[in-house]
Amino acid sequence: MTNENEKLQTDITQDDAQYKSDSWIYSDIVKDHFFHPRNILLNDLDYKFDGKGESGSAICGDMMIVWLKVNSETSKIIECKWRTFGCASAIASTSMMSVMVTENEGMTIDKALNLKPQQILERLGGLPDIKFHCSVMGHLALKEAIADYMQKNENRK
Amino acid sequence: MKNIYLDYASSTYIDPLVLKKMTPYLKGYFGNPSSLHKMGRKSKSIIEKARFDVAKILNAKPEEIIFTGSGTESDNLAIYGVAKSYKNKGKHIIVSKIEHSAVIEITKKLERDGFEVDYTSVDSNGLIKIPELKKLIKPSTILISIMLANNEIGTIQPIAEISKIIKKINPSLLLHTDAAQATGAITLNANKLGVDLMSLNGSKIYGPKGIGCLYVKSGIKLEPIIVGGEQEKNLRAGTENTPLIVGFAEALKLATKLMYKENARLVNLRDYFIKNVLKSIPNCRLNGHPTKRLPSNINISIKGVEGESLILMLDKFGIFASTGSACGSSNLKPSHVISAINISPELSHSNIRFTLGRKTTKQEIDFVIKILPRVVAKLRMISSIK
Repeated sequence: MTNENEKLQTDITQDDAQYKSDSWIYSDIVKDHFFHPRNILLNDLDYKFDGKGESGSAICGDMMIVWLKVNSETSKIIECKWRTFGCASAIASTSMMSVMVTENEGMTIDKALNLKPQQILERLGGLPDIKFHCSVMGHLALKEAIADYMQKNENRK
Repeated sequence: MKNIYLDYASSTYIDPLVLKKMTPYLKGYFGNPSSLHKMGRKSKSIIEKARFDVAKILNAKPEEIIFTGSGTESDNLAIYGVAKSYKNKGKHIIVSKIEHSAVIEITKKLERDGFEVDYTSVDSNGLIKIPELKKLIKPSTILISIMLANNEIGTIQPIAEISKIIKKINPSLLLHTDAAQATGAITLNANKLGVDLMSLNGSKIYGPKGIGCLYVKSGIKLEPIIVGGEQEKNLRAGTENTPLIVGFAEALKLATKLMYKENARLVNLRDYFIKNVLKSIPNCRLNGHPTKRLPSNINISIKGVEGESLILMLDKFGIFASTGSACGSSNLKPSHVISAINISPELSHSNIRFTLGRKTTKQEIDFVIKILPRVVAKLRMISSIK
């Protein structure tokens, strides 16, 4: 009897541990990118960029702007700067995207054009379902910025 | 780090005096109030004493007080109960656009059941547009529901005045008010307010959760939602929860006793907070009425800063607030209250609510006034909206 009671007590303690009182709705990676966002463009007045794109709108609550610098010889993204109005997951997902396209000497624009929101989601360690579709939109701004770069590049030729 | 809780409109702690009153009924005195023996009779008399105390505060008769399981249940019972009971007189109901979802969702359900519901609008301060309300009244209108004070923006409606106006048009029209947020801040004299039904809630007044009450003026018939017992005059079946009822009555008594002093203290803190924040943060506005608002309520919109982000940044500093922003909700729609006061769409995602309470101090407010501009500056640095 006592043993059974002890077992019950242990089970309850384990259950409690699973539902930690301060558990976040976001993963540690999302939290990190939210509190310490990477590659923010602080001053766009003096910033020389090769392409710029926007996605979302203030009306729906999430809006991103992306600025790119591209090495025209290698077609690789050298810099990806951004700014986002939106919830924590919108900020973290734009931040993560900027890391993904610039790490390992930069992503080629072809590869970047095919960047899927699911890839950003994976690197973030997941997001609550309801947040995914509305807040992971950075890739749309990225595509616009690449299109802007290609247009300008075309005009230069 | 000390936590600064500024979300008292969501939930309050149980006052130790209230808990002390409840404890004997949690630990012993478990008799069923419906039982005929001594233990049952004891529980019954405890409940009736609580009902008497609540009635006295509302300037009502004890038989006009129905104990329920929450403010939400009181709202549901009032509206559904009247609609189903008076449907032969008419099937038209009017509620304001800024009601709590406990009102809005039950009227939507009634709409699906063939009732006609009009949602009357508010001005930019959140006050009911009385001429519009008057125009909506028709011979088939049976019930109007307007909350006494709003939970998000704190605007206080002139219920007594509204009551006089609508009763002049049709004396048999019933008026319900949701007083869940107003309790402890406004005198709830049912007669003076001119209401026929009024909902109260224990968990906003330093009482326990899971308890509310509905004032139902004598003579009004309601169709119950919960059936299966004769408790609460057949309006709420289920064995009465003696400790919660005792706790609710005690919390209401205490809140009424403290009201005058606490209101004066909170109005000072509230206005000090608002003045300083509007001064130190550019492009920031107060939502709700500047003076006709709950002493505990501060709701501001800060341009370029999304509500959920702001809540989570403040959480890191131990400051607990809330938002009506779409991203902070589970349905991703901005709050219907914020949408109803006609602020620009981008500002509707940028609101934050701080609600003060009995333990809020000047030191806490000073800390928030110091931290908030810093957190806003950081989020604005990240923001695409300048």
